[in-house]
Amino acid sequence: MKRYSAFSLFTEGLRGHRGWTPAWRKATPQPGYDAIIVGGGGHGLATAYYLAKNHGVPRVAVLEKGWIGGGNTGRNTTAIRSNYFYPESVALYDLALRLYEGLSQALNYNIMLSQRGMLIAAHTPTQMEICARIANAMQLNGVDGELIGAEEALQRVPLLNRTADARYNCMGGVWQQRAGIARHDAVAWGYARAASALGVDIIENCTVTDLLIESGKITGVETDKGSIRAERVGLAAAGATPGLASMAGIRLPIHTYALQAFVSEPVKPMLDTVLLYLGTGTYVSQSDKGELVFGGGLDRVPTHGQRGNLPAQEAVVSGLLEMFPAFAQLKLLRQWAGVVDVTPDSSPVIGPAGPEGLFLNCGWGTGGFKAIPAGGWLLAHLLATGGHHEISRPFDLDRFARGRLIDEAAGSGIAH
Amino acid sequence: MQIFTCPFCGPRDETEFHFAAEAGKKRPIPAETVTDDEWAEYLYMNSASRGKAQEVWLHVTCGEFFLMTRDTVTRDVTAVTSLPGRNA
Amino acid sequence: MSGWRHSSIGSQIDRNTPLPFTFDGRPGSGFAGDTPASALLASGIRVLGRSFKYHRPRGLWGMGNEEPNAIFDVTEDGRTTPNVRSTTVMLRRNMALRSVNTAPDAARDRTGMLDLFNRFLPGGFYYKTFMAFGWMRWEPMIRRMAGLGRLDPGHCPPADIPQLNARCDLLVIGAGPAGLAAARAAARNGREVWLVDDAPEPGGSLRWRGGAIDGGDWREFTRDAIGAIIAAGGRILTGTTIWGAFDHGLFAAWERRDGSPDRLWRIRAAETVLATGAIERPLWFANNDLPGILSAEAALHYLSLYGAVAGRRILLATGNDASYPVAAALAQAGCDVTLADARADAPAAPDGVKHLGAARLTQAHGRNSVAGAVVDGRVIETDAILVSGGYTPSVHLHCQAGGKLDWDTGSDSLIPRPGSSALWVAGAVNGSFGLARALAEGHAAGGGTGPAPRAAAGDWQFFPMRPDPDLRGRQWIDPQNDVTLKDVKLAAQEGYRSVEHLKRYTTLGMATDQGRSANFAGLATMAALTGRTIPETGTTTYRPPFSPVPLGVIGGLRRGDLFNAPKRLPLEIAHKARGAMFREYGGWLRPSVYGTDDEAVLAQQEALAARKSVGLYDASPLGKIEVIGPGAAELLDYCGYLRLSTLKPGRARYGFVLGETGIVHDDGVVFRLAENRFVVSASSSHAATVRMILEEARQDVFDPTKSFIHDVTAGFATLTVTGPKSRDLLIAANLPEALYDDANLPHMSVTETFWNGHSLRVARVSFTGDRSYEVTVPARHAPALYSALETARQEVSGRWIGMEAVMILRAEKGFILVGKDTDGLTMPHDLGWEAPREKRKDEYLGRRSLFTAEARRADRRQLVGLEIDGDAPLPTGAHLVPLEGQRRSLGFVTSSYFSPILGRPIALALVEGGRNRIGTELGVFHLGKIGRVRICDSCAFDPTWERLHA
Repeated sequence: MKRYSAFSLFTEGLRGHRGWTPAWRKATPQPGYDAIIVGGGGHGLATAYYLAKNHGVPRVAVLEKGWIGGGNTGRNTTAIRSNYFYPESVALYDLALRLYEGLSQALNYNIMLSQRGMLIAAHTPTQMEICARIANAMQLNGVDGELIGAEEALQRVPLLNRTADARYNCMGGVWQQRAGIARHDAVAWGYARAASALGVDIIENCTVTDLLIESGKITGVETDKGSIRAERVGLAAAGATPGLASMAGIRLPIHTYALQAFVSEPVKPMLDTVLLYLGTGTYVSQSDKGELVFGGGLDRVPTHGQRGNLPAQEAVVSGLLEMFPAFAQLKLLRQWAGVVDVTPDSSPVIGPAGPEGLFLNCGWGTGGFKAIPAGGWLLAHLLATGGHHEISRPFDLDRFARGRLIDEAAGSGIAH
Repeated sequence: MQIFTCPFCGPRDETEFHFAAEAGKKRPIPAETVTDDEWAEYLYMNSASRGKAQEVWLHVTCGEFFLMTRDTVTRDVTAVTSLPGRNA
Repeated sequence: MSGWRHSSIGSQIDRNTPLPFTFDGRPGSGFAGDTPASALLASGIRVLGRSFKYHRPRGLWGMGNEEPNAIFDVTEDGRTTPNVRSTTVMLRRNMALRSVNTAPDAARDRTGMLDLFNRFLPGGFYYKTFMAFGWMRWEPMIRRMAGLGRLDPGHCPPADIPQLNARCDLLVIGAGPAGLAAARAAARNGREVWLVDDAPEPGGSLRWRGGAIDGGDWREFTRDAIGAIIAAGGRILTGTTIWGAFDHGLFAAWERRDGSPDRLWRIRAAETVLATGAIERPLWFANNDLPGILSAEAALHYLSLYGAVAGRRILLATGNDASYPVAAALAQAGCDVTLADARADAPAAPDGVKHLGAARLTQAHGRNSVAGAVVDGRVIETDAILVSGGYTPSVHLHCQAGGKLDWDTGSDSLIPRPGSSALWVAGAVNGSFGLARALAEGHAAGGGTGPAPRAAAGDWQFFPMRPDPDLRGRQWIDPQNDVTLKDVKLAAQEGYRSVEHLKRYTTLGMATDQGRSANFAGLATMAALTGRTIPETGTTTYRPPFSPVPLGVIGGLRRGDLFNAPKRLPLEIAHKARGAMFREYGGWLRPSVYGTDDEAVLAQQEALAARKSVGLYDASPLGKIEVIGPGAAELLDYCGYLRLSTLKPGRARYGFVLGETGIVHDDGVVFRLAENRFVVSASSSHAATVRMILEEARQDVFDPTKSFIHDVTAGFATLTVTGPKSRDLLIAANLPEALYDDANLPHMSVTETFWNGHSLRVARVSFTGDRSYEVTVPARHAPALYSALETARQEVSGRWIGMEAVMILRAEKGFILVGKDTDGLTMPHDLGWEAPREKRKDEYLGRRSLFTAEARRADRRQLVGLEIDGDAPLPTGAHLVPLEGQRRSLGFVTSSYFSPILGRPIALALVEGGRNRIGTELGVFHLGKIGRVRICDSCAFDPTWERLHA
């Protein structure tokens, strides 16, 4: 793997960039592997990388039915944060954030992590009380969280609507400085490149058609490129996971919905933070390219179609303009939708399921991107050791039967 | 904007409807005899299938629940029927 | 400086009305009817902006929403709108146009020297560097360089855009020859047709290409079509862009109006004809991004409509027949035209046009503007290069509607696969070029009977023009995002070969022209480099919007009070007249306090007054869900945590509605008005969902013919009278005498009677712990009740109290607010309501969930009260922590107030194993500071409940 640096860029520039090699090998499936990961998004690729890196598992394959990073990894608003309420959630998302903080160096691929800070903005005294509850929970869990007032909020987000007829006047909120955004595609490509360099086979355009199970144990997968054997299989396929799990007779606590994201035409810098407004449910940041990247609630009809619908667009866009009336100068440039796998408590499912050797990493719903390094780290741990890492234990599928849901929306009044 | 047809009111905008559940679940009773797993299966587990799905929907405006058969990928609605025993 | 204005040609402009404008501060002049683009072209200004990355000079390329370069910040009346595409708006008097990405202006951009370092800045270079010291170190610099225009912070366009729904028999998208023929044919058959086009007038390419139809001028044909549409009840929307095709046949349209707000149309049609035409492709040669290189089609457009001519010595490089009329028109207008056709068997040249066959343009010369070209190794002096690389059909809406594409060799393009979407397709979008074919296809798509409109046959031939990966020099693929052919090669070399990877890695096609100028070349190059065909290489997904749409059009009127419109009290005006401050509680606008002093001070005074004499408050938002019928009691037993069938008529019971997960969904009082008639008094923010829970059980669990559920919340107004003098107030108000007698109306009872000729319901229930009466009347009689109670209030020295005081009063008693004092884990036994869980043997909602392993834990968070020393209330949202050992959250403060009647702070909290901790002390953590609290019972005031009857 040719190392990326300003120096190598310079020397390659002098010789017409002829020396750059493919970021990841285009692998063809071998007959068998130590572990197979189904799903070549951020979570799947990170899993492969950490399996090879942390656990030294030599023969690992990632099977992707399309092109890597083409699912929700490439269809989100790129926010990264760990401003959560329950200690279990904080442990999970802060693991992700900490790994993100060193990821560009670890992968030698600039994922452009911009820790510009995130404000969860409140507009009623009740919401401010909830914000206090969250800020205190974050501090008790050792995560940077502050409660800020209206003045500081407006300082950080000066364009916020503060006209007399504003539906929601910002009273302050929760501030997390370490939160921010990153370049989503780069996360997938960076993991792919680093994993490939460690010997992982990344196989694109390979659809899994069945899970092979013998006497209660997973033995491999059937694909449109033939059957591939492995005694450990991890599913990290977001909205496609219920269909994969059903091949092993497993039903999951998941509904799938379309979540839309929106991009405006680019303008010069004018919004320096990530913002979530409780009153409107709309969240927004400005990309390095100058585009506003924003989103809001789910489309209301369960679906597997990666298409957005007009009512949700109208709700999200009007929410944005209620927050920032000046943004009505801008035009919508792009819009897309990802199929998100939503659990009853909006927390992920990580752990074993069904036949021995099969493990899940799914149910991230609208919050998967920010968790990619942790999702990969924890699924790799499961695949390598067969057992839970202490951080993933609370997110096991068994929490639904035990009745121990980790419902952030209910605990904090704020969903993902 | 999708158009759903309430068996009682006719075609309406999707914004008037709430998804209730996948069809075919039966509430296990009595509670004393229901295991944790059976209860979790009833409460939480789904097929979330690609393609054809049969679901219970609520037309919020009139308050009636009904069955809808549709494709979760193409979003074509193929049938709507009132709940068993209900006459639309 | 070589564009000029022809003295007579130009159908759109009014030469008697000159319009002054400025560009980058320098004055210019155009005519009424001009676009900024045509005015700039005619005035000879070439450099209109700078590219995104290398800051190369950029000039006008196209004529519509495919324009990647001529984008300005436009200031009018002191307000600036960024990133206005100058090809798609009209020039207005005194418009100030400011180029984007330039400093100080387009002509003298300082950062132009970045281009010198281009070899070190290949596509995706930022993924390989800027890692030292962290990205944050470099990001501000990158951000400042990026982004086109500037947002004007003082410019807040009003939310005045109406959004309208429409239906028609046939929607025709595109009013060129194919669309006109389709619309005319359908309208003549009596169908209601909507004909929509984003140009200011119908005609499409006929507007600049002209043509004879059925032996007459195209304008006659257009008039005839419009007449037929109007006669059949249809409508023509010009200046309107269909920007999205959505599920179930919905189209969204953005209508631009001069002098009135724009509009959004949501259109559903029985059938739709797509006649959106095609957009010309560029050509690829060294320095093909120089200002002065234009689309040939656009050059004809500017000449015919505005008399704006791209240059005087023109080279037109092409490989198809469509360019020949362009060359002819320019020669006729007085230009020196050389036509370089890539085909060896090119047709004969038009009169006065120099002709080169089998000619290949390989390079353009010039610094900031075209000065020459190299054709077949020979230098040609020229001041403008017009190019045509063929056409790309505008298939976006077909694909958005689920359609697929096929490769069509004849038109050298991807065209809609027949039958793959629900749209009919006609004309150039179908790869059918030439007027006769467009008319014939349009006529057929519109269901035309009889012969199609006739025009001279003219089937254009296309020679496949492609980027040549081996050609020397920098060839631009995406001019706005500065993606060159070398960047595509690098992406292929590094394995970013899927079209989606190519797009994302190089940003090809992600500019504000949405890839119209770039995508085909990117695709063709990747196909050539990887040895695949174009269809094998695939396309990126087409999604709305078809072209960028102002956010305000999508947002519509939803702003201020029309965004999540709050619910309002019938007596809002009366409360306002009393000086009430309003705040939103659970979606309702309600008085928070009465008066203009500090809210907290007023709330204290009001709460004290209610305790000492009597308080009145508006409780109208309380849910009033009637459950009626012989099955009502059974239904409510099932939906409630406490049984209600045992309740006697005339009595009331407090209880909970649980979700099936066992979590407290709502609390409230249920009244049994008669044997078969109940009213569920759900909390104001949960009334809608409680109704649905009841409906679901009624229809799914019980015989639905035996009960009926009716939410009448909005039909009634409720005023609550609370305090030791509440009965005195009722007497003073002359309410019916039966209400005064506690034997008749004891605590937790309800009675219905008549008063002033309408129904009156009075309930003895208490949310404050004091004797209270909830008085309910039909909403239209609320003012009468209000004035009766208000007169009486003055007699007994009572006080109107807002919700802030009510919050204090209920917290003093430990009465909860679901969602505030409970969370998504709280079960009824956590609130001290154990009995039904332990004793009920029948089924009820959520029952099984109350017995999971988690539900049985002893250390569940339970509701308790907190006591502290001193006068300052605890901050709500503070967490309880152990006094010793590892610090962790044991729960949190959910409600906290200073109690004026007790003269000390009170608080409610959810605390792990809270009830067993009563009497012990814990730490309380708030924003890094620690205090001490004592755990106590949640009821702080009148624990023996004597005041209920006082």
